[in-house]
Amino acid sequence: MRDLTGLTIAQLQTGLRAREFSAREVAGEYGAAVEAARGLNAYLVETPELALAAADAADAALASGTAGPLAGVPLGIKDLFAVEGVPTTAGSRILEGFRPPYESTVTARLRADGAGVLGKLNMDEFAMGSSNETSAYGPVLSPWRSRGSNEALTPGGSSGGSAAAVAANIAAGATGTDTGGSIRQPAAFVGIVGVKPTYGRCSRWGVVAFASSLDQAGPMARDVRDAAILLQSMAGFDPKDSTSLDAPMPDLEAALTGDLRGLRIGIPKEYRVDAMPPAIDALWTRGAEMARDAGAQVVEVSLPHTKYALPAYYIIAPAEASSNLARYDGVRFGQRVQPFGGTLADMYEATRAAGFGREVKRRIMIGTYVLSAGYYDAYYLQAQKVRALIARDFERAWEQCDLLLTPTAPSAAFALGDKSADPIAMYLNDVFTVPSSLAGLPAISVPGGVDQAGLPLGLQVIGRPLDEAGVLNAGFALERAAGFGAKADRWW
Amino acid sequence: MSVDAPTVRKIARLARLRLDEGEVEPLAGELTHIMGWIEQLGEVDVTGVEPMTAVMPIALRWREDAVTDGEQADKVLANAPDARHGFFAVPKVIE
Repeated sequence: MRDLTGLTIAQLQTGLRAREFSAREVAGEYGAAVEAARGLNAYLVETPELALAAADAADAALASGTAGPLAGVPLGIKDLFAVEGVPTTAGSRILEGFRPPYESTVTARLRADGAGVLGKLNMDEFAMGSSNETSAYGPVLSPWRSRGSNEALTPGGSSGGSAAAVAANIAAGATGTDTGGSIRQPAAFVGIVGVKPTYGRCSRWGVVAFASSLDQAGPMARDVRDAAILLQSMAGFDPKDSTSLDAPMPDLEAALTGDLRGLRIGIPKEYRVDAMPPAIDALWTRGAEMARDAGAQVVEVSLPHTKYALPAYYIIAPAEASSNLARYDGVRFGQRVQPFGGTLADMYEATRAAGFGREVKRRIMIGTYVLSAGYYDAYYLQAQKVRALIARDFERAWEQCDLLLTPTAPSAAFALGDKSADPIAMYLNDVFTVPSSLAGLPAISVPGGVDQAGLPLGLQVIGRPLDEAGVLNAGFALERAAGFGAKADRWW
Repeated sequence: MSVDAPTVRKIARLARLRLDEGEVEPLAGELTHIMGWIEQLGEVDVTGVEPMTAVMPIALRWREDAVTDGEQADKVLANAPDARHGFFAVPKVIE
């Protein structure tokens, strides 16, 4: 029998329309695969009934010729997106028991196009983390292991459940969110494709907020074509999000020609960081060759403020988070802890102390500190000015090139526990993804190869604002040239 | 920049986070470490640079001043840890 979970979304679309199999068969196989892969801890909530209901609707729509583009495609949803009636925790104890009575715009769009929901995917608590270890519900295990080792590896974070699910064929595709690299770094760690669109392309409505000036939803998929199909559905103007962009999105799949002739690809010299593993350096060089082979001209460019991106991010993101997370006070939703005889203030403090994990508390503290009287100008205002300079670096680079090529992360996936002792070591994992987040630019991570231990490595392409088509097409050219295709050996 | 224990207690209070006494010193150490790393931002010359508050140049939209939503008190209260008589219930605030 054909393994339906091994098909890409594009292959599912073709097979469903040719009646080679039904949407119900697809949903059934996925439901069984999700159940069999519980050892990965990728799903926090499984909703096979929603996937089957969508599949039945898809089969009917396919029969009557009214099927949407994603009819019969079962997806995993990061637990940051509200799916009506399904528990949404953001990976936090403080939202335990919360069932949103509304649907996020992104999932509503996907479901209106026919997609089914397999369940809610595990993640770092409130998307704060790069290894999925800050989840209150335990870390996700990567389906990947180093050659000859049984050591548990991180799938990356914060969209670690999404990454693991797509890599392990327990979702045809998944939603992720990216604040400083949370789609791209996990995509790189598990050998899949992840896209962070231009800030404002995908509505933030119904997505639990972390840092609102940075948060952006995007697709995680088996290949670039699938990512294009998903993003086409997810993106679009939404009056319910005040920062939603009212700009037309071109046909992304049609943009995938793999032809880079006439394009200039910039290599930012400041991304050549100290102690970069030789495998990453070699991958980057190889990526530039692949771009050249596809017709692009490769040029060196300078982004002089790169080294200040991470410290600026670790002021701006915690500042916004400390404000956004003020809403978790035990009054309107989620957990409440009420000390006996205590006041309202005691309730707030006890609820938040019990409900938030260590990393979240740490970031709330940093954010509160940098926004507090006497420090606001020195930290927060300074960081916003540095952010402007980082954005200006990119604007100047666009005078010399059309796209930028960098590694996605400074290493392959690391072992669980490896970096949890030092927050800064963990933060440094986002060194290549944070600058484009601060500038709001679209970026993709595509698998480019493996390191000496057989673990996937990702290449990142960054583009001008709104140039998702260009970013995806360059990713498509790299994907084709790299011919990655590797999957983790099944051990779970 | 050293973040000391009294500062940690003050920030925790502002953030409405109860800290056990044993958590204060370790957190002071962590925050000192992180803020020390962030200090390097101070060396950037930002003379004449406007702070960036939004990455995409969009203006906030206007809409008709019309009711678009509402009459959903039950749904709004459905997730409350304690709701009574159509209200969120909290511990007594005024004596």
